[in-house]
Amino acid sequence: MTNPTSRRASPRPPIGLLLPAAIGLALFVVPLVGLLARTPWADLLDLVTGAVVTDALRLSLVSSLGATVVSLLLGVPLAWVLARVEFPGRSLVRGLVTLPLVLPPVVGGAALLFAVGRRGLVGGPLERMTGLVLPFSTAGVVLACTFVAMPFLVITVEGALRTMDRRQEDAAATLGASRWTVLRRVTLPVIAPSLVSGLVLTWARAFGEFGATVTFAGNLQGRTQTLPLAVFVALESQRDTAVAISLVMVAVSLAVLVGLRGRWWPTS
Amino acid sequence: MTGDRHVDHRPGGPARSVPRPLVVAVLVGALVLTACGDTTSATPTAENTRGDRTPRGEVLVSAAASLTDAFGAIEDAFEDAHPDVDVVLNLGGSSALREQLLEGAPADVFASADPDTMAEVVDAGLADGPTTFATNGLVIAVPTGNPGALTGLDDLADDDLLVGLCAPTVPCGMFARRALDMAGVVAAVDTEEPDVRALLTKIAAGELDAGITYVTDVASSSGSVEAIDLPDGVDVVATYPVATLADAPNPTGASAFVDFVVSDRGRDLLSSAGFGPP
Repeated sequence: MTNPTSRRASPRPPIGLLLPAAIGLALFVVPLVGLLARTPWADLLDLVTGAVVTDALRLSLVSSLGATVVSLLLGVPLAWVLARVEFPGRSLVRGLVTLPLVLPPVVGGAALLFAVGRRGLVGGPLERMTGLVLPFSTAGVVLACTFVAMPFLVITVEGALRTMDRRQEDAAATLGASRWTVLRRVTLPVIAPSLVSGLVLTWARAFGEFGATVTFAGNLQGRTQTLPLAVFVALESQRDTAVAISLVMVAVSLAVLVGLRGRWWPTS
Repeated sequence: MTGDRHVDHRPGGPARSVPRPLVVAVLVGALVLTACGDTTSATPTAENTRGDRTPRGEVLVSAAASLTDAFGAIEDAFEDAHPDVDVVLNLGGSSALREQLLEGAPADVFASADPDTMAEVVDAGLADGPTTFATNGLVIAVPTGNPGALTGLDDLADDDLLVGLCAPTVPCGMFARRALDMAGVVAAVDTEEPDVRALLTKIAAGELDAGITYVTDVASSSGSVEAIDLPDGVDVVATYPVATLADAPNPTGASAFVDFVVSDRGRDLLSSAGFGPP
């Protein structure tokens, strides 16, 4: 960062900030320690290589990456429209786009069921015309994950588009670049860091998605049972398996979030 | 908020010399502490636990999801009889409730949909002498109008139908699999729902063509689900035990509630919800 203040020696933090900060950190760390304390280390390898866990891991990776790709294809254009096109009711549309951030995922799942379920507004005609049934399918999991996760990409990219210096775009246009070329060669490279951070957030949200998935897509090993669903079901009868799956989720998520940290938010 | 009154403050730098965040932090801390202190106020008074046998205060009942309607009616009747009591129902899959209890969640009464789940709670020393208070049968539940045109249990093997069961970890899932085994049917399952209410909701919405639920669930579905009987010879009966919990915060209220469940009045309410006698 160019700001000189971030380069100076870090100040001695006042105790009044340190204490709540420590409590805040403990809030995240203590449950993790609880998880580790319950981990059946001796059987861990057998547990995480079992069919339930590997099926769920595969499905979680497929559906979270699928949701991230769909979000990229649909969310970036949506963010561009929200940032650059003036139209009546834009703030309402912006509110609608961010609504899934606030809604309980179960509500989102139920709403999806009413809309694209077999008896749904869109789902009924869809099934009659194409034979496609989204609930209880892997495509349904991707849809549920996209619903809850895409807003993270839209708000991140929209923010970057609104705050970026547009003179470069203007210059490129003056030099005769088409609007598509400006978008591809100027705009996207400028917002790339925000785009990446938005994609990571979107992936992370989709990876942990539970409520909308179980409500809309159901729960079946190998088809719709992602890691969070597998944890939920296993918790009731096979606690060791549940803890093992939880550890897999923590490990995968931490690896991605820490690995991409430098791009996710600028470190000093 | 970051003290722009201070001339030496640089944008983006940490606001080290500003006292206000400290004050805010202390206030927030105090607020958190007082908020935590409030949660103890709901526990019953000490006089309640000795001598005085009048139930009062909160009675927390952890009950199987299939008891949702019956225990709702029992709650109303019990509170009418004991105006000082507030019954709070914690409904869920029996095994999820068992896990909550084993992990130390406070409750006064536990009612499960199978004796095995109850036995584990008793074996852990957490519940005293359970009483069987009701029985329940299984049916094939289909959306009203039977859009999948099912005729019997064999149709659950049809790959073209969307079929749901409860997960094998909850009693309704274990019983359903027992029934399928008895009939020699291998169901083409599309989803394993975490509890029977979740399964019923998806059948009632028409998203699933069929599922195996309790008789009482169809009775409670107010017309959006119809039942197809299991074939003769496939007799799976769920028995429901209820017990007071050893560490009940409100033991007087707990035993009064259990007494009410097994009373004639309780039996009547259970029977109108479709449950059989124990």
